Amino acid sequence: MRVTVIDYKAGNLTSVLKALRHLGAETIVTDGDLALVESSERIVLPGVGHFAATERLDATGLTPAIRAAIARGVPFLGICVGMQWLYAGSSEAPEQPGLAHFSDQCEHFAESTEKVPHVGWNSLEVRKGSPLLANVEPGEFVYFTHSYKAPVTANTAAVTHYIEPFASAVERGNVMGVQFHPEKSGATGLKILRNFLAWNEAGKGTE
Amino acid sequence: MITKRIIACLDVRDGRVVKGVQFVDIVDAGDPAVQAARHAREGADEIVLLDITATHEGRGTLLDTVRRTARELFVPFCVGGGIRTADDAAQVFEAGADKVSVNSAALKDPMLIDAIGRSFGAQAVVVAIDARRDPEATDPVRDAQVYVQGGRKLAGRRVVEWARETEDRGAGEILLTSMNSDGMRTGFDCELTAAVSEAVGIPVIASGGAGTVAHFVDVFGRGKADAALAASIFHFGISSARSLKEELARAGVSVRLPC
Repeated sequence: MRVTVIDYKAGNLTSVLKALRHLGAETIVTDGDLALVESSERIVLPGVGHFAATERLDATGLTPAIRAAIARGVPFLGICVGMQWLYAGSSEAPEQPGLAHFSDQCEHFAESTEKVPHVGWNSLEVRKGSPLLANVEPGEFVYFTHSYKAPVTANTAAVTHYIEPFASAVERGNVMGVQFHPEKSGATGLKILRNFLAWNEAGKGTE
Repeated sequence: MITKRIIACLDVRDGRVVKGVQFVDIVDAGDPAVQAARHAREGADEIVLLDITATHEGRGTLLDTVRRTARELFVPFCVGGGIRTADDAAQVFEAGADKVSVNSAALKDPMLIDAIGRSFGAQAVVVAIDARRDPEATDPVRDAQVYVQGGRKLAGRRVVEWARETEDRGAGEILLTSMNSDGMRTGFDCELTAAVSEAVGIPVIASGGAGTVAHFVDVFGRGKADAALAASIFHFGISSARSLKEELARAGVSVRLPC
């Protein structure tokens, strides 16, 4: 399995690459090879850092290339900011549009006495029929570090509670996103990445 | 529900573990990669590797150590020690660290926190603070003195105001070591930890003084810590992070279990 990992110069890719390779995937990193992106077998958009960094995806022409690949049915996984980019935008960088594959907006956690960023291991409430989160049992934990989050909607694949319920995973057909870091979430995270690598059109039937 | 983290800390010199969480391991007690993998397997929520190599030549060894340790490690991995510039940090990230911990260099040049955060995100910057209570201050706890160079030199900063500044500059977490408690095994300094934790909106990792499970219960409760560093506790009848967390769960602390 060949996975194209998008480098948009926001944080480091080492951990994501390591985890994918550990699972037997061949990884190709690109920061602007549009033909490569459009002909990908799998696309992963990692992300640590600021939503504004996704501006680079527009500047390099990667946004339409990714959109075309998604339309072709290529499985896509966005991680952290990479998931948030699938939405219309984020209040972290209001002037920077996302892909708008999902129509909602990402927002900062509401004011509360809890710490923000939300850092640490938290649990997932997995909704039925998510191929990405297949075999993830209630009470399994994954690692988060973020201050902005996506709302719970019909496309939400998992809900996590911190200050308020938010979408810790989103999934519609071949387009998937996780707010947590599967590459840093031990055995549970590797299981989720393995599900992504195994994702196929047929698996979508379990939705 | 967010859980309290138990972080395993390895002190490394010239590529070998010299102190920290050490189980009886006849085969290779000193290999950081082996020890980190074991802690992850045995339930640690995160691994911190602190390089205490003093020499410039040791930096190459450190990067190699980080690379080897990170290779098969799928929990968060923080590396500290000797990171003086954003370039130093970039090399450590490139080698596979998820976070870097900065201490003396950040006190010398606080802009370092901004610089690393800008390039790698706030979540990647842990500011380590070593503090000792100041009996002469009006508030000996909030105005505890911050030290640099492994506790040998006064930094001229007070713990709460420095912690707030690091947050303003974009630190993602604070690793707070109480020099009063460190090595004493009489418990974490819960008052100091609570003072810092209440003063900032970012997570605080408590360090120094753990001797029993009850000490962890205390620092997560009264000390308002979000995470705690486990070091010498493992010499005193607690065999792994997992067994520590099982005991914490029985005491009502929310932890990642099973793990």
